[in-house]
Amino acid sequence: MKGTPKHVIVAGGGVAGMEAAGSLAEMGYRVTLVEKGEDPGGHLLQWHALFPDRRPADEVRSYLRKRIVHHNISIITRTTVEKIKYHPGGTVSVNLSGGTDEKADAVIVATGFQLFDAHRKEEYGYGIYDNVITSADLEGMFNRGRVAKADNSVPARIGLIHCVGSRDEKVNNNHCSKVCCVTAVKQAIEIREMLPSCEIFCFYMDMRMYGPYYEELYRESQEIHNVNFIRGKVSEASVNINNRLVIKVEDTLAGRPLKMELDIMVLMVGMEMEEAGAKLAEASGFKRGINRFLETGDHHYGNNLSGVRGVFYAGTCTAPMNITDTISHARAAVAETVRYLDGR
Amino acid sequence: MSLNQANKFGFVINPSRLIDYDSSDRKVRDYVTLREPSFKLCFACGGCTAACTAGQHTSFNLRRMITYIRRGEIEPLRDEVTRCMLCGKCLLVCPRGVNTRNVVAVTAEAISKLDRNEL
Repeated sequence: MKGTPKHVIVAGGGVAGMEAAGSLAEMGYRVTLVEKGEDPGGHLLQWHALFPDRRPADEVRSYLRKRIVHHNISIITRTTVEKIKYHPGGTVSVNLSGGTDEKADAVIVATGFQLFDAHRKEEYGYGIYDNVITSADLEGMFNRGRVAKADNSVPARIGLIHCVGSRDEKVNNNHCSKVCCVTAVKQAIEIREMLPSCEIFCFYMDMRMYGPYYEELYRESQEIHNVNFIRGKVSEASVNINNRLVIKVEDTLAGRPLKMELDIMVLMVGMEMEEAGAKLAEASGFKRGINRFLETGDHHYGNNLSGVRGVFYAGTCTAPMNITDTISHARAAVAETVRYLDGR
Repeated sequence: MSLNQANKFGFVINPSRLIDYDSSDRKVRDYVTLREPSFKLCFACGGCTAACTAGQHTSFNLRRMITYIRRGEIEPLRDEVTRCMLCGKCLLVCPRGVNTRNVVAVTAEAISKLDRNEL
């Protein structure tokens, strides 16, 4: 790169945005990273440990934090990107919330995902029954170092319900969120280690151990940690006279309906297109897929391309993905951006 | 040696438990698929059976029934279709949006047509 450094705006300061900003900055580009929250970090900020190796999330957080400490990067927080427009001649204009505008040579959209709002699956009783929590709430308990019922007592049995808000036409999400299966296995193991006498049941429809070492983690959960797996979709939860949750499910492998009392029910919430990203797409004319995530130029060899000149996609704004794939996808977005800027 | 004689020696010949996909009858499946195409979408999660009132007290199991239809196993269906009360609770649960109640209704229709040689 010669002459005045070109300017790239990165919309979203989660894993993808931080990695993209860091890669561009070290190659000499001027980067503005726009983050809607108080700090960059995204969903990773609330996670305790990561699958499949269960390393502390803090390790990846500090890697990414170091990545964006660079004189080429300026960070704007508490701000969203509202509209992106390409202008003939090569300038890309960006409207930010709060009414300010920025100009850049290219933009990387990394607006990410949002977790499915578990209130929408009312039959599972999130927000109605005290001991129904989400997988994200459970990470919070891990962060605080204690898994307990709402009345602070120790749970004797915990159920993890897969596919909450995923693969479910009733909530308009037919897609698989990919990461919840392995998250459940990871969380099951973590609970067993914290509370060795607590029984764990995972209620799944299919176990999708798609990544390296995921299947091994699943095996370990059975072999070493005695986690139980029941194949069936939970139809509803209620509370009995002893204030324990009761779930109904078909044990499809036994071919009979099954009921079970639980102390805590953990809903493995899936991924959806993030709301601010959806508004940005609407305002900027970006295409969205049937899963409502951003539709990329080509599913196989152009999955960072937006269809708009000068605009590229990185990370989970295009589809659910794990951290490894998000980082790879962000680097690929940077490669596409550089190719575009150099070729102009 | 007839089967009857075999029995006298304490031996019996058990009927095959195989799902013999090459000789099973998929006319019911084709009938149901045509009249209730959402039938194709079932991914066997069992949500319907978990929600089913009839299934709590009888052997009725809609998830299994759908598998039987798909495999051309007609005999078990005759009993199954009579147990559903068509309350439709399964409809509220199904994550694939299968019109489960109509699957039962159409299957019952298919069986009766089959018995009248009209299928």
